Amino acid sequence: MSAQPGTIASSAIIQEQRSRRDALDERLFRWLLMGCALLVLASLLGAAGATLWGGREAFAKFGWHFLVSTAWDPGNDVYGALVPVYGTIATSLIALLIAVPVSFGIALYLSEVAPPWLRTPVSSAIELLAGIPSIIYGMWGLFIFAPFFADHIKPWLTNNLGDKPDDGKLSWVVQHVPFIGKLFGSDYPFGASILVAGIVLAIMIIPFISSVMREVFQTVPTRLKESAYALGSSTWEVSWDIVLPYTRSAVIGGIFLGLGRALGETMAVTFVLGNAMTLSASLLDPGTSIAATIANQFSEASGLQKSSLMALAFLLFVVTFIVLLIARLMLRQLKLKEGR
Amino acid sequence: MLTSCKSPLRFAAVATIAVASTFGMAAAQATDITGAGSSFVYPVMSKWSAAYAEKTGNHLNYQSVGSGAGIAQIKEGTIDFGASDAPMKAEDLESLGLGQFPIVVGGIVPVVNIVGVKAGQIKLDGATLGDIFLGKISNWNDPKIAALNAGLTLPAGKITVVHRSDGSGTTFNFTNFLSKVNPEWAGKAKFGTAVEWPTGVGGKGNEGVSQYVQQIKGSIGYVEYAYAVKNKITWVDLKNAAGHVVAPSAASFAAAAVTADWGSAKDFNLIMTNAPGAQAWPITATTWMIMYKTPKNAVNSKVAFDFFKWSLEHGQQDASALDYVPLPNALVSKIEAYWASEYKH
Repeated sequence: MSAQPGTIASSAIIQEQRSRRDALDERLFRWLLMGCALLVLASLLGAAGATLWGGREAFAKFGWHFLVSTAWDPGNDVYGALVPVYGTIATSLIALLIAVPVSFGIALYLSEVAPPWLRTPVSSAIELLAGIPSIIYGMWGLFIFAPFFADHIKPWLTNNLGDKPDDGKLSWVVQHVPFIGKLFGSDYPFGASILVAGIVLAIMIIPFISSVMREVFQTVPTRLKESAYALGSSTWEVSWDIVLPYTRSAVIGGIFLGLGRALGETMAVTFVLGNAMTLSASLLDPGTSIAATIANQFSEASGLQKSSLMALAFLLFVVTFIVLLIARLMLRQLKLKEGR
Repeated sequence: MLTSCKSPLRFAAVATIAVASTFGMAAAQATDITGAGSSFVYPVMSKWSAAYAEKTGNHLNYQSVGSGAGIAQIKEGTIDFGASDAPMKAEDLESLGLGQFPIVVGGIVPVVNIVGVKAGQIKLDGATLGDIFLGKISNWNDPKIAALNAGLTLPAGKITVVHRSDGSGTTFNFTNFLSKVNPEWAGKAKFGTAVEWPTGVGGKGNEGVSQYVQQIKGSIGYVEYAYAVKNKITWVDLKNAAGHVVAPSAASFAAAAVTADWGSAKDFNLIMTNAPGAQAWPITATTWMIMYKTPKNAVNSKVAFDFFKWSLEHGQQDASALDYVPLPNALVSKIEAYWASEYKH
């Protein structure tokens, strides 16, 4: 065990060199990671800034009035954002109302109820659905679903829930429930409408939401669930009281991922929303959305019209941002409740 | 051993260079020209460019990006010619050093979906058509429609207007016609590639409008003639400026192109709608090719002119097959004179 002093010295040098090299590597790696993160931030700010800059003419000309005006009149160069903003929010909300419960059901079935041999094929089918291009949904909506809706579902809705039934007699429901008649009253004889767009959007976002939900439901520790079962809980009680609270924040994250897609969806909505620049309380009337308006008019727009489209794009940013903000607030609220 | 390993590599390298140089030579002989703009002419452009490439080896790359984008791109000089469904104003052309000329004529037809009514059975005039699109006439049994259609019983039923949701040259020409024949339309919605529609739903593209019209009973829309023919949609006969009821056809589109007053239109700046001819179809449209008078790329510009010359002289058969209408001979010679006097090439 006779250590030679020279060896120790040299190994110390080697160690120092190595730690210096490691520190450099570490720093490089950190910069690289920071670069990746900054890239996202930069592109977000860049896109928001570019749309704001492109829309400056419209904002300067119309001011706050742009937000509340229903006009979209290229002939006289007067523009307002209310109709597309309303259409965007209304279709996305309908989509969420349908997609969230259905996705919850799918995810629960696949993670808790379904026999194991069925789980893999069904979940790969769902992932496949998520990969279908939106134009396909749009074409399906336009050629198949909208006519079906117009012939079979819409007449029932307008006659039983709407304030403009074919025979002129208001149903009991319409007379006793406020607003419902307005929501389902329509004398447009075709399918493409806010409700149909919402339903098509729901079908599009179900794969996203349900696959996220399924993934996180599987992360619930088995012992938690089994303890609940051991205490005599039913499957529903386990799902609602154990699985859902355990995965709540991830589930809400998945829902907002779907909502984000619904808000920005363009092609499918353009096909089934009817593209009418009119504000109507009825869900069965056509409308338009921000993304659809931009996609429709951008190629031929110039001057103030182009600027207004840019301003619309900026508003889409704002709407999405507000939605995400609400999601964050909801999560925080839930956390607070959890503490009690 | 080493050399035998290397030689196939070297052979491959030589072969690559040889192949590359052959392609290089081919590229030097053929010229690729680029145009962009109107989607109205896209079908005929692609047919022409295929036939022209077969004959000369020169390729045309035409991007159907919309008239507005076509004008924007020619202004930036990134393409050899732009194509627009709306003519540019003479002073804009002047200040930018651009010239424009029409290349092919097509018709736009109102289409309807009324139970029991076949193509050409229903007739409308411009004022009534305008009132329908304004939402003032909202039922098919309106006396104004009945007055124009003696002998045809139209069922009572709500009229649903279908318009284009995207900005388009078809809308430009259709609303231009409405503005000329319906004063209220002219004051309210005016005309353009997109307007504020007082009523109705929007379909994307000619396909979207034809699809909606076929789906919605009691609807009325407007599409390019070719789409109405292809999809067998019921079209409407229109009363023209001369007071005659005409059917849409190659002959009536040509009549509009002939009788339109090209003589007094500088730079062919003339929208053909509501043409005066006795047999003229009132919503006839053309697409203008826009090019620099002093070309930025002389070689490409020469090829582009050769292409247009070829399409005016030999390509009109292909155009007819796609339900466009060849330009009348008088107009062709006027265009060729315009080339000679205005363009340097």
